[in-house]
Amino acid sequence: MSTQILMPALSPTMEEGKLAKWHVKEGDAVKAGDVLAEIETDKATMEFEAIDEGWIGKILVPEGAEGVKVNQPIAVLLTEGDSKPAPAPAAKDIPASMQAIRDALAPATGDAGVTANPLKGEGRSSEAASGRGQPSVSSEATPTRQAMPADLPVSGGGKSPRGNGAAAPHTDDRVFASPLARRVAQQSGIDLSALKGSGPRGRIVKADVDAAQKHPSLLVGEGAPQGRKGGDAPAPAALAPRPAHAESPSAPTGLTPLPDARLFFKEGEYEAVPNDSMRKTIARRLTAAKALIPHYYLTIDCDIGALMQIRARLNDKSPKGDGAYKLSVNDFVIKAAAMALMKHTDVNASWTDAAILHHKHADVGIAVDLNPGLITPIVFKAETRGLVEISNEVKSLAERAKNKKLKPNEFEGGGFSISNLGMFGIRQFTALINPPQSAILAVGAGEERAVVRDGKIAVATMMSLTMSCDHRVIDGATGARYLQTLKTFIEEPASMLL
Amino acid sequence: MAESFDVIIIGGGPGGYVCAIRCGQLGLKTAVVERENLGGICLNWGCIPTKALLRSSEIWHLMHRLNEFGFSADNLKFDLTKIVARSRTVSKQLTDGVKFLMKKNKVTVIDGEAVLKGKGAIAVTKNGQTTDYSAKTIVLATGARAREFPGLEADGNLVWTYRHAMVPKEFPKSLLVVGSGAIGIEFASFYRTLGADVTVVEVLDRVLPVEDAEISAFAAKAFQKQGMVIKTSTTVEKLDKTATNVTATLKSKDGETETLTVDRVILAVGIVGNVENIGLEQAGIKIEKTHVVVNEWCETGVPGVYAIGDLVGPPWLAHKAMHEGVIVAERIAGVKGVHPLDTSKVPGCTYCWPQVASVGLTEVKARETGRKIKAGKFPFIGNGKAIALGETEGFVKTVFDADTGELLGAHMIGAEVTELIQGYTIGRTLEGTDAELEATVFPHPTLSEMMHEAVLAADGRPLHI
Repeated sequence: MSTQILMPALSPTMEEGKLAKWHVKEGDAVKAGDVLAEIETDKATMEFEAIDEGWIGKILVPEGAEGVKVNQPIAVLLTEGDSKPAPAPAAKDIPASMQAIRDALAPATGDAGVTANPLKGEGRSSEAASGRGQPSVSSEATPTRQAMPADLPVSGGGKSPRGNGAAAPHTDDRVFASPLARRVAQQSGIDLSALKGSGPRGRIVKADVDAAQKHPSLLVGEGAPQGRKGGDAPAPAALAPRPAHAESPSAPTGLTPLPDARLFFKEGEYEAVPNDSMRKTIARRLTAAKALIPHYYLTIDCDIGALMQIRARLNDKSPKGDGAYKLSVNDFVIKAAAMALMKHTDVNASWTDAAILHHKHADVGIAVDLNPGLITPIVFKAETRGLVEISNEVKSLAERAKNKKLKPNEFEGGGFSISNLGMFGIRQFTALINPPQSAILAVGAGEERAVVRDGKIAVATMMSLTMSCDHRVIDGATGARYLQTLKTFIEEPASMLL
Repeated sequence: MAESFDVIIIGGGPGGYVCAIRCGQLGLKTAVVERENLGGICLNWGCIPTKALLRSSEIWHLMHRLNEFGFSADNLKFDLTKIVARSRTVSKQLTDGVKFLMKKNKVTVIDGEAVLKGKGAIAVTKNGQTTDYSAKTIVLATGARAREFPGLEADGNLVWTYRHAMVPKEFPKSLLVVGSGAIGIEFASFYRTLGADVTVVEVLDRVLPVEDAEISAFAAKAFQKQGMVIKTSTTVEKLDKTATNVTATLKSKDGETETLTVDRVILAVGIVGNVENIGLEQAGIKIEKTHVVVNEWCETGVPGVYAIGDLVGPPWLAHKAMHEGVIVAERIAGVKGVHPLDTSKVPGCTYCWPQVASVGLTEVKARETGRKIKAGKFPFIGNGKAIALGETEGFVKTVFDADTGELLGAHMIGAEVTELIQGYTIGRTLEGTDAELEATVFPHPTLSEMMHEAVLAADGRPLHI
């Protein structure tokens, strides 16, 4: 079958561009990653790559053509068994919401200003071809492409020549990579021949390998190469004119990014607060987490009457001065969650494509509100620690988090997290899983509720817990069994000693 | 109708003029606005003239070691006026050179002070006359100046900044240097070598605090051996001036105070960005702690306005400004394959005696990243060329990621290390690992062999120690 190759949008505001140069001609075989053409806007020139393999059936827009509208077909790609271009399918499959966004971004109707364009006027319907189904050239070239880390290595298969505008054409006999990139690739099992280099003449450098390492699972961590301004001087990237080579790592590959919100508001009617590096990290990590982890949620109610009594008794026994402590309900929840994790190692786990990693200790992350922002430092080996130690550790971590004194090894990793919004009177909520973990427990407020016991209405102090689970790792019943244990530990804390 | 350009650069220092040259090379119609002298602080009042001064003090130092090399001479003297005059001549030669480079690259030089007027417009005022210009892109490169504190202000007479310290009319017998960063230590070294009693006060717990801790410790010992007095973890509480001298009240970390009377004081407590009177606030450009906030591409967030060099974030070094100037010019012209500056690949040099040079992470910072680290060290005393030169003080240190072999940092102290550090910088930029550095043939006999040995030492196999 054939696919239409559409004029890409290099930015959300781009309406038209110039087809500066064709790198292929009719009849050429192309593979994913090959540069097809260079597209020029008033801001920059960008290379436009193929993502499908096939042959160039027909070039519809000649080199040098100006004012080529976004999403206008510019060429036809033939795939196996094809002999001639087929008409584009109809636009019926585009969801209404997507169509609205596309309409908002699409150019006003009018002559495309291109002479050699036999498909003029079919722009709208051809969008449909790219809107669904086969991986389309247009979604490759829309900002999704930009959203990938710096010229991210698109695997072209081991044998295809890798295109790179700046690069002199070279064959696969020799992969150009820095010694450091080679060593890092070897250590992390990455095939250099599948990468495209961002260095001089397409040389693969360490940053390319790092990006490729982070990309597949989108456990983005700190993501693209660190801006040199660090956290203390947030770069106003969100305000900047969007450069053609923008790296905006917040959208995972394969998803159409949302349009830039600035398109919907007049300048002057809002205040643009630049995103600092923490905000960007939150955006990137949580977008990836929500998009890539199949979340589901389990809620359970716990009677914390006994726990409250024990807590009061223990706090009464606190020495004055040195060694004084004040246990919170959350300290009990951390301890109980950790003890339950040791019983259910299938919850205390991390997903990888090859295997599920069952952790040997309960390293429990605690969400700390930094207002603005948040961070999740980790109480390591929480199962081995007493309540006082957990309590002190959480206070110390929270204090240092607020002063930005945490070291990366204090907030990276972990097997499980706890987020508590009970102090705000939140009864129940759901939280987003913090990769590489597979579950997070959202703790609501402890409050007196009317409950039915033995057929009578009674007053009990109740607390609702909601666990978000990664279904790749934790099946429904697995999560439920964990919560059952956790409920027992919380309702009868002494049972943790059994 | 205002004259219009593709690019107007405000400020003709090393960031601005290099940006202008690159813009010119790329065929952009370019102008540079400069209110004083092309070349900025670097060529006029910084890097270059101080190197001329330090060369004189180095010769003076060698003259006191004549006997060691088989010479004798009596009645050694120096003429401060001539030393300063030479420094000014060197500076003049280079600033004239910049004028020529502007002409060669068809860059228009506009005399005066520029103010942003919005949407690519600027107004330049010179002697009360204002002229309007416009440009598609504006690059802010107004640089920085010495930081002062209330009670610690320079008067140019008894209390100096680098600017006054560079052109002394008479030689101070005693000197207090406040701040032990590169600027403070270079002047301390210059004046101490020529015979002044020099006291250096540093608020942090070590001199050259951005350098590796071992370098700081070694430098402090070397300076003390030369007779410099170093007071770390100490602040200057106040300065009381008479007609001819200054009494400083110093306070140690423990709260103890003491007074010190000196002929002159040099303030070297950092810099502040020149962010005033350019219309930055009105243009909507964000300023934090006297520096303009930019992203990794030096974009200010206001479309078409970039900022580079000392005006933006650290490191505040001329070569960093120059490199940003090139990056910005190439971004503007749409050159492909441009990358943001990686500051971990920007070397730093201090031209005290002994010299200090470094690139990348210190050992402590490298360990803080949580990686497995290996470090190697090699002393000057183990190097043939150093012994032949009579320069046996110092060492070279390397810090590697033990797993990947990445050279994370290199730190050097001793003769000519400012000329050596580029070797490691190239290594870092090319992403060579310990293996390539070990396999590199270093010429014998050179000081550079120590760089090889320090790499071998990281694997526990140095050859000459």
